[in-house]
Amino acid sequence: MVGQVAVILFDGFAFGMLLFVLSVGLSVTLGLMNFTNLAHCAFGMLGGYVTVVLIRSMGVPFLWTLPAAFLAAAVVAVVLERSIFRLLYRAGELNQVLATIGIVFVAAASAAYIFGTGQLPIQLPAFLRGSFEYGGQRFGLYRAFLSAVAVCVAALLVLGLEHTRFGARVRAAVDNQRVAQGLGIDVDKVFAVTFALGCGLAGLGGALAIEIVGLDPSFGFHYLVYVLIVVAVGGLGSIGGSFIAAALLGIADVAGKYLVPGLGSFLIYLILVAVLFVRPQGLFGRR
Amino acid sequence: MSEPVALRTEGLCKRFGSLEVARDISLTLPLGARHALIGPNGAGKTTLVNLITGQLRPDSGRIVLDGTDVTRFSTAARVKAGLARTFQINSLFPDLSPIEAVTLAVCERAGTAGQFWRSLSAHGDSIDEAYAILSRLGLGDVATRRTRTLAYGQQRLLEIALALATRPKVLLLDEPAAGVPKGESAELFRVIAELPKDISVLFIEHDMGIVFSFASRIVVLVSGGVLLEAEPEVIRTDPRVREVYLGHGAHG
Amino acid sequence: MALTETRPMQARAWIRRQSRWSVYEVLFWLAALLPFYFMPTYLTLASQVAIAALFALSVDLILGYAGIITLGHAMFFGLGAYCAGLITKAGWGEPLTGLLIAGAFAALVGWIMSFIIVRVRHLALLMITLGLGLLTAELANSMRWLTGGTDGLQGVDVWPIFGRYDFDLWGYTAYAYALVVLFLGVLLARRLVNSSFGLSLRGVRENLNRMPAIGSPYRRHLQTIYTISAGMAGVAGALLTQTTETVSLDTLSFQRSADVVVMLILGGTGRLYGGILGAIIFMVARDQLSDMNPQYWYFWIGILLVVVVLAMPGGILGGLARLVGKRGA
Repeated sequence: MVGQVAVILFDGFAFGMLLFVLSVGLSVTLGLMNFTNLAHCAFGMLGGYVTVVLIRSMGVPFLWTLPAAFLAAAVVAVVLERSIFRLLYRAGELNQVLATIGIVFVAAASAAYIFGTGQLPIQLPAFLRGSFEYGGQRFGLYRAFLSAVAVCVAALLVLGLEHTRFGARVRAAVDNQRVAQGLGIDVDKVFAVTFALGCGLAGLGGALAIEIVGLDPSFGFHYLVYVLIVVAVGGLGSIGGSFIAAALLGIADVAGKYLVPGLGSFLIYLILVAVLFVRPQGLFGRR
Repeated sequence: MSEPVALRTEGLCKRFGSLEVARDISLTLPLGARHALIGPNGAGKTTLVNLITGQLRPDSGRIVLDGTDVTRFSTAARVKAGLARTFQINSLFPDLSPIEAVTLAVCERAGTAGQFWRSLSAHGDSIDEAYAILSRLGLGDVATRRTRTLAYGQQRLLEIALALATRPKVLLLDEPAAGVPKGESAELFRVIAELPKDISVLFIEHDMGIVFSFASRIVVLVSGGVLLEAEPEVIRTDPRVREVYLGHGAHG
Repeated sequence: MALTETRPMQARAWIRRQSRWSVYEVLFWLAALLPFYFMPTYLTLASQVAIAALFALSVDLILGYAGIITLGHAMFFGLGAYCAGLITKAGWGEPLTGLLIAGAFAALVGWIMSFIIVRVRHLALLMITLGLGLLTAELANSMRWLTGGTDGLQGVDVWPIFGRYDFDLWGYTAYAYALVVLFLGVLLARRLVNSSFGLSLRGVRENLNRMPAIGSPYRRHLQTIYTISAGMAGVAGALLTQTTETVSLDTLSFQRSADVVVMLILGGTGRLYGGILGAIIFMVARDQLSDMNPQYWYFWIGILLVVVVLAMPGGILGGLARLVGKRGA
């Protein structure tokens, strides 16, 4: 029984870590620029497909595809931001929602056209396959790897925010954009870099997700809901908030599906509504 | 008390972290008064107005409107009690026409804005009242144009019209002349001069022309605290006030 | 003396003019009768369009007029649909009362939800509408004993309207019924929009911060419009149930919530007829292109969304209005 709980917690935490990597970029850019980018998970899908292509068509080892997925998503993000997204900054929330949903539609349809609608599996390197034993229970090696990567990302982000000049600029701009601009901070550039970083992380998350949840053209939609829930519950602009919310929701989702299979995703929707009702700004958001 | 008091604040304090934006502010606005609030940028004048109107909650202190303690009231409740304000930067309804905007304010005051089953044109009295306010302010001719097409000076006047539609006892004007070109400010002067005598007015202004023309008493606010409160002549000659305004020689 | 006296009357007259029936509106309703005579094979599609139009109108009331962005309004559509279906299964198949009961039920749920809705904004609002919509869909899916699950509700038996007009295969009754309900819905919406209440909603949409400053209990107003909008969506759902005599899970789906928002953006929000126009175009296009690969369909919808947002933010009616030089809603 205890063993079962341990496995649920472990798997749930790993899923949560995946959600964290996928969501943290959106949380920061929403908090920074108030730009509702519902196409965020489409970047995840892009990263995933980059990994798939590199592994299947070019035999690139899995670990090398991870930075490639990150870079690909970041580059596409820069291109889209300079061209389409910056036209939307002043366009109001509804228009941002609609335009970015439109982009998800286009991305999903294109992916289906190029890769077909089925899930594309990949071959993991040997040292990531299988499981390890601890306390009489077996835990997945890949999930452990995933959790480790996410925790490293979180640590790097926090260190970067706290201890670099760029991080200080980001914090200033999130806190009060107008004053930051008045202090001579190029908010435009801060945002462009942060946005690219966030979407790059989404791409990384997409690549990491293949083994856990599979990759198909509906990824951009399906995981968008999870990501939005993490961001809303965790609070905008908060890395710690995203981390905790993601862990919480990952565990709740896995536990819910395991213990009460009929209710599916019920539990996380309930948590979403309950949290927002009590604290609309999320657990760690600023009002 | 010698004369009836329209608005009184007692020891208002507010701080954001280590920044004290309001230090023990106690003001009295008698009935029918015309008081001006002046001070350098960053002195906390708009903050004070926000505290009085309820957009900010004070850390301590009281606000008494016509004998009623309104410190716990919401902004809308204070408006219902007779406290209205205008905004330093126009806060209007860009796609409504002035007549629609002021009629809206009148209907909200009358409590008839929730009547979704009645056509707007059935509220004849409210429309008439709105039009009367607009024409008193010289906006009668542009009443049916879209607000965003009005000249800036006319928009500033519409700000005041919206506040007047709530039939306030106390009116707080936040820099009514801000941004108004010299050619259009005469109309503004006239409007302020003709404000009904039973409304008590506190206005923030940098334009010393308006301040010395209309104010019977001036409050000088510096760094969140009241430096001095006296008649215009005393303020004009006080050395401390001069020092605070050093470098602002273009005014007054 | 005479000159100054006419001015207040001019203001009143101008306000009255804003709510006048335009010639285009009259033409529209006349054109709506055409399918009876010229396109009888398309009557079923026509009633589907009318139902979608009513649903789009209900969303326009909160999205276009009050500025509440929702991605979960299908919740009320579905609640009305299932309610109407369950009423017939309980033995009461009279359509008109069924419609009213379903609408009232949806309105009640909307009223309860409105307490949360008016207390949140921006992302939290979007997420709550989305979350509650998904929650309702999940619930309906798992409550198989009530809703029939993925098989849908079977055995929905609707009595003829007024005891005489049966829902026949050709769809005459269905379209007439749907059209009349749509017309009544538009009448209600017109009255709402042209009332002082409608004015306060536009105030909320244009400048929320100014509303408390003029003493407006705007949260109460928003709750009212949300409740009415939920009721109207429920009526639309019930219409679908009664005209097709089935209910399925897709009445509650996110797909339906998203589609209706697309229809509104296409036609133009805050213009009363934008949703109707968008519904016509969307439904007809989908019908004509139904043999198209669904991937292509969503590809082009995506492109359309981006183009409309960037180039025509007022939708088709907005673009037309700019062309004619008229003022907006």
